[in-house]
Amino acid sequence: MADKLRAAKKQPDHPLDDLLRRDRIPHIWCPGCGIGTAFSSCLNAIKSSGLERKNVVMVSGIGCSGRAAGYVNLDSFHTTHGRAIPFATGLKLGNPDLNVIVFSGDGDLFAIGGNHLIHAARRNMDMTVICVNNLNYGMTGGQVAATTPNMAKTTTTPRGNPETPFNLPHIAYAAGATFVARWTILNTREITKSIEEALLKKGFSFIEVLSPCPINYGRRNKESSQDTLKLYQEKTIIKNGAHPSEIDIDPEKGIILGKFVDLQQPTYIEKYDKICRSLMNH
Amino acid sequence: MEFWRVPLDVDEIQITRGIVYIIENRCKGCGYCIQFCPRQILEFSPKFNQKGYHPPVVKNSDDCVNCHYCEIICPEFAIYSVEVSDELSDSYNEIGDDNEFNEEVNGKSNPHR
Ligand code: SF4
Ligand code: SF4
Ligand code: SF4
Repeated sequence: MADKLRAAKKQPDHPLDDLLRRDRIPHIWCPGCGIGTAFSSCLNAIKSSGLERKNVVMVSGIGCSGRAAGYVNLDSFHTTHGRAIPFATGLKLGNPDLNVIVFSGDGDLFAIGGNHLIHAARRNMDMTVICVNNLNYGMTGGQVAATTPNMAKTTTTPRGNPETPFNLPHIAYAAGATFVARWTILNTREITKSIEEALLKKGFSFIEVLSPCPINYGRRNKESSQDTLKLYQEKTIIKNGAHPSEIDIDPEKGIILGKFVDLQQPTYIEKYDKICRSLMNH
Repeated sequence: MEFWRVPLDVDEIQITRGIVYIIENRCKGCGYCIQFCPRQILEFSPKFNQKGYHPPVVKNSDDCVNCHYCEIICPEFAIYSVEVSDELSDSYNEIGDDNEFNEEVNGKSNPHR
């Protein structure tokens, strides 16, 4: 019956088409790449948040995930490598009415732009940072990153990575983020909900989205995109409220997902206005 | 012996139904929608799209529960579901009575009717 219903009606547009620059679709992300899923969850959250479109902006840095700013049909900016957060900070200070989303990758946000991230979190700059973590530098050919698991193979660690990776939610929390969550691309509903909450909340919000990179990370670690998703299905445990210091990504122990932190703290702009703009201090 | 009882409101519970739409030429054949549809109603089409991938095809369209999971997990904005509204069902009933239409759509009469 539904077949006929479908045939009987003109095919409607995809429900997210109005948030996409349709002339740029298909995007450049590889088949099976999870960035598209994180991106579609983000667009879905923008939609369900009910925020006025003209006040929502997206900023991204360099890398595969950084291409997102070029596909969203909102005011957006694709910055230089690592500089998405300072650019977003400027936007927010220049026009505090804006709801600023930073959509970028682990390399851009935590390696090249690591300092910017911790200081924006420390100041509690009001923005929503979505970090797609694919565990390596995908765009440049799959080099080891600050997030690559110990012993994982990459182009620059053919014998296995000797280093210990960052635990991203822990860094964000320790630096002062007031909303911290981690999901995988399988948890589409939870990512959407976390992003929506983050958009509607004041303060520095950080959401990590684990995402397969079958072409560079997967290939060298004998993991197809389907395998990665199966791994997510089998090895993840949802523990809302878990302490960020205890959630290193270790498939042996299980990968902890959830909303870990949700605090109310005055934002940078609120403190600045109170301390530096108030006439009473003069 | 069955340990569960029939819920008291079983007659009132409505299962939402959906129509799945696929924009074949956007698909890159990752198979996520097929792998994770809770009703397992999708499969790879034998045909190729413009880019040379096999897009999904609906094998059991009546079972879609309009959960939108395929819609969000699809990295390519290539699949989505729309709720079957009453208005649509009505228009379907009209169409359903029209045998010529059935033949046109299915190439044969619909065995379910
Ligand atoms: S290289 Fe990896 S992260 Fe980049 S688009 Fe391809 S699969 Fe995605
Ligand atoms: S809406 Fe849900 S039930 Fe329908 S095809 Fe998509 S995933 Fe399957
Ligand atoms: S999830 Fe999207 S891109 Fe992947 S097979 Fe299904 S329709 Fe194609």
